[in-house]
Amino acid sequence: MTQSLEAFERAGSFQLAGEAEGEALVFSHPLSFWGGVEAETGEIIDHSHPGLGRNVAGRILVMPSGRGSSSSSSVLAEAIRRGTAPAGILLERPDPILAVGAIVAEFLYGISMPLVVCDIAGIVSGDRVVIGVGDNGGAVVRRA
Amino acid sequence: MALELTTHDQSMLDGGQGPSAAAAMKILVAFSNAVGANSLLDISGAHIDGCLYHGKAGLDFVERLVEGGGRVQVPTTLNVGSFDLIHPGMVKMQVAEEVPARRLMKAHLELGCQATFTCAPYQTRFRPQFGEQIAWGESNAIVFANSVIGARTNRYGDFIDLCCAMTGRAPAWGLHLSENRRGRILFELDEAAHEPNDSLFVGVGLIVGQANGDRVPVIAGLPQPRDEDQLKALGAASATTGAVALFHAVGITPEAATLDQAFQGRAPEETIRIKRADIDQALARLSAVPDGAPLAAISLGTPHFSHEEWMRLLPMLREVAPGRGIPIYVNTGRATLTRLRDEGALDGMEAFGLIPVADTCTYVTSILENLDGVVMTNSGKWAHYAPGNIGVTVAFAEMKDCIRSAAVGHVVRGAA
Repeated sequence: MTQSLEAFERAGSFQLAGEAEGEALVFSHPLSFWGGVEAETGEIIDHSHPGLGRNVAGRILVMPSGRGSSSSSSVLAEAIRRGTAPAGILLERPDPILAVGAIVAEFLYGISMPLVVCDIAGIVSGDRVVIGVGDNGGAVVRRA
Repeated sequence: MALELTTHDQSMLDGGQGPSAAAAMKILVAFSNAVGANSLLDISGAHIDGCLYHGKAGLDFVERLVEGGGRVQVPTTLNVGSFDLIHPGMVKMQVAEEVPARRLMKAHLELGCQATFTCAPYQTRFRPQFGEQIAWGESNAIVFANSVIGARTNRYGDFIDLCCAMTGRAPAWGLHLSENRRGRILFELDEAAHEPNDSLFVGVGLIVGQANGDRVPVIAGLPQPRDEDQLKALGAASATTGAVALFHAVGITPEAATLDQAFQGRAPEETIRIKRADIDQALARLSAVPDGAPLAAISLGTPHFSHEEWMRLLPMLREVAPGRGIPIYVNTGRATLTRLRDEGALDGMEAFGLIPVADTCTYVTSILENLDGVVMTNSGKWAHYAPGNIGVTVAFAEMKDCIRSAAVGHVVRGAA
């Protein structure tokens, strides 16, 4: 995939607030962390997912929504603890399971992995994406 | 619409009830916002599926709540853990794993949870009543509470079940609300399919779970069950192959006296017919071996064996008298086990190979001594998960066939 050159900036809302910057990893299919991501490495292990074999660690994970078992909360929290989680996650729709995992990890380890609900159209894998906090406390997502 | 909190909710969030309640409320608020709830509601009980050790984050969370002086605000039962605390030494685990796994069970008790360690809290004195609002984890318990009892819970899981217990609150959304409990999809059971043995209920459950998605299913034409254990088996199977949290069985379950009541006066969005052949096919998929395969063990009681099920099993054991030393593991709640011991019901039963297991389950931890050969079970849920979880080869059958097979040492099915 080629990186789009046009810069953008758009507003979003935080499910968990924080700042992050990283290379976008964009999926049109939701990824379940439970059974989908190896918490020890961040590697995608879901054989039915197009991202199989790629790694979410340190990336800005972009997908329409979360998916699957509530055990994904534990896997995300464990990945954040181990430093194998994405740097931040952008979703089109809020996800209760990922929100719980992110909040628990912040509560326990003081690590804030921003979880943002925003328009994800036009973001492609490889884009350098920055998540910041706006003046009103909302999320600001921009391509660097 | 935004989530509205009561003064009490807000005070909890602001730390008025201590740091643990504040943390639990913060997580609950974020969850409630994500599911689009407008408010929280009071719950009268909780069931926590948090005692199986899956990693450090899970234990750290409970430890932090303990350190913050947290206590559960409603009667709270615990699901199975990784150990049988009643029968020490039964579970084989490395020390590095054993220490945190044991601590996880104990830490929950320090929060004021009850030491039930059962996946069937509906068999304990904490069983909820019709219409009660509760927050339960564990898929079979959730579907039983909603469907068979008519209590109200969503599918709660990791961390959030405990946050509900710590605050006594749950988001007012989903199956807590009457309108969302209406049937959406109709399963019509073929007349010819009626043979009201245990397998029929398992088979229907497997099919309903697979075809259902997350819409509330209504089953018509199901024969009257012998007891609630047959509905337990149906629900557990449906929550194994699918995400079923509530089913209605017309003329059987409490919110489905009639088809019309089950659908709350509306029409089904879809109708699916279940034929005998569909059930046979679904059940056949649970068995990886043909009749005659050599047997390593029997595992019963997933979900946990009820007292009534024991009362069917024990006479069967005496009658068939299996004497080959093939272990017959039976998972059950510690309260049920205590009652059986008090009644003297288990005296002498070890001669037939009976090994009761409490507090845990034979498919989540290493209990089975010998995995060399087939393990037979009458549980659709065990048959589905055990091959992946503990690497066994499974044959599914009626309980009577399991016991007869133990007596001859290989798989036999079709007992008269």
